[in-house]
Amino acid sequence: MRIHPAKLFLLQILVAVAVLAFWQVGATVPIGGDYLLPEFFFSKPWDVIARVYQLFATGTIWKHLYITLTETVLAFVIGSAGGIVIGFWFARKPTVAAVFDPYVKMVNALPRVVLAPIFMLWLGLGIWSKVALGVTLVFFIVFFNVYQGVKEVSPVVLANARMMGMSERQLFRNVYWPSALSWMFSSLHTSVGFALVGAVVGEYLGSSAGLGYLIHQAEGVFDVTGVFAGMFILAAFVLVIDFGVTRVERRLLVWRPQPAGEQN
Amino acid sequence: MDTATARKPATEPPPSVAAAPVAVALDDVSISFAMKGQPLFKAVAPTSLHVREGEFVAIVGPTGCGKSTLLNATAGLLRPAGGTVAIFGEPLSGLNEKAGYLFQQDALMPWKTAADNVAIALEIGGTRRAEALAQAQDWLKKVGLGRFGDRYPHQLSGGQRKRVGLAQVLVRHPKILLMDEPFGPLDAQTRQIMGTLLLRLWAQDRKAVMFVTHDLEEAIALSDRVVIMSAGPEARIIGDFPIDLERPRDTAEIRLDPRFHTLHRQIWDQLKTEVAKTYGEDMPS
Repeated sequence: MRIHPAKLFLLQILVAVAVLAFWQVGATVPIGGDYLLPEFFFSKPWDVIARVYQLFATGTIWKHLYITLTETVLAFVIGSAGGIVIGFWFARKPTVAAVFDPYVKMVNALPRVVLAPIFMLWLGLGIWSKVALGVTLVFFIVFFNVYQGVKEVSPVVLANARMMGMSERQLFRNVYWPSALSWMFSSLHTSVGFALVGAVVGEYLGSSAGLGYLIHQAEGVFDVTGVFAGMFILAAFVLVIDFGVTRVERRLLVWRPQPAGEQN
Repeated sequence: MDTATARKPATEPPPSVAAAPVAVALDDVSISFAMKGQPLFKAVAPTSLHVREGEFVAIVGPTGCGKSTLLNATAGLLRPAGGTVAIFGEPLSGLNEKAGYLFQQDALMPWKTAADNVAIALEIGGTRRAEALAQAQDWLKKVGLGRFGDRYPHQLSGGQRKRVGLAQVLVRHPKILLMDEPFGPLDAQTRQIMGTLLLRLWAQDRKAVMFVTHDLEEAIALSDRVVIMSAGPEARIIGDFPIDLERPRDTAEIRLDPRFHTLHRQIWDQLKTEVAKTYGEDMPS
């Protein structure tokens, strides 16, 4: 079942147009004296677009985007580094893994949002409390994947590498490390996404800048247009980051067979 | 027929290697596995096998009879429960550094290209990367994959991956070549092509080869000596036959040779009862 790219694009645009048209009509055309989508609660598409334009035109948005991006990147980098180190350590030292197992499970079971107030107390309202929240989310994803990646190295590949005469260090570089990385990268979308979630939720709960702050501020004064504009920018921001991650992933996992259905 | 008479022909190895030093000496080697909640599983009963330098020995037996375990003991990947393993007269401790091992399953590193997979075998020994890559390219050419160096394993067919594996093992020039049903997963035609390729490469420097297979025809076509193992547990060698077909051989054509049939029948006749007995318990038909 193939669909021509131009036709596909047209259909995708059509969906957006239909949704926006429905929204515009619902907000501006009264049906039996009532609005289907009252402007107070839903705003109007055109207003939202105008607000988004205004945010970019005045340049106020850049500061918020920059803050959120910084928090996301820091959360991702720190969380991944921690996950890789601890993941390797636990995978190579089963005793350590066994000792810490219940605690890892316990902390991982905790909904991370409840940690936000603690981080805010400890680290203040600046970016670090948001980074910390993102780290707790990213860390566990990377940790579990690296742990699995090291554990699931094919015993045959390992035996073959040993027979070649690889030392422990060479095994690490040529076998364990690439295997662990491939597992980590396969969850790249999830971990980058969670880093962003940590940043935005953190901002939402208390901050002075960032996309989460922007949305929270608008909500506080019943500025629905502002909320929708913030959401729209956030969604676009996520798409841009996701696009970047996909590009990185393609480069790094070139040795992997493409999953069926994604072949072009 | 008892073990002693079956092993008798082995005292007369092919004249070309009769005087060569012993590369692999397994003496009374037995292998057991400890399994949870069960008595010790004795995979291989005390078994002796000597392979001389330049000798191509095929080990034949039903699937799961412990022939791979014997190979792993020779490689040093597995410690025997009893007996001694000596490599060129030296008792083996740790991994067998003189041996190259071609595994039955895919053993290539999937994250490295074919060329890198071969080159790494040299690089870990300290060869400079450029030099290692040049030699890797040479070997890929020898196995007929000169143009496939930049492919990743998943972009190659099963037969091609085996060729890369062969190049990866041979690029280090091991004195002993251990092969565990290397062509098992391939189709019949590819197996014969791989067999001929293996013999051609082997003829250049005649390493000692231990080639495990469950295919008696393949064993006769390739080897100087066919060793038959019984089904496990407590597998043992139940036959040892010299194969005096002249070399070089084409593994496909040799099967049409009347002497091939004579040998095949001779070995089969002598072993039929024993093998039927051991196969009978494990084989569905």
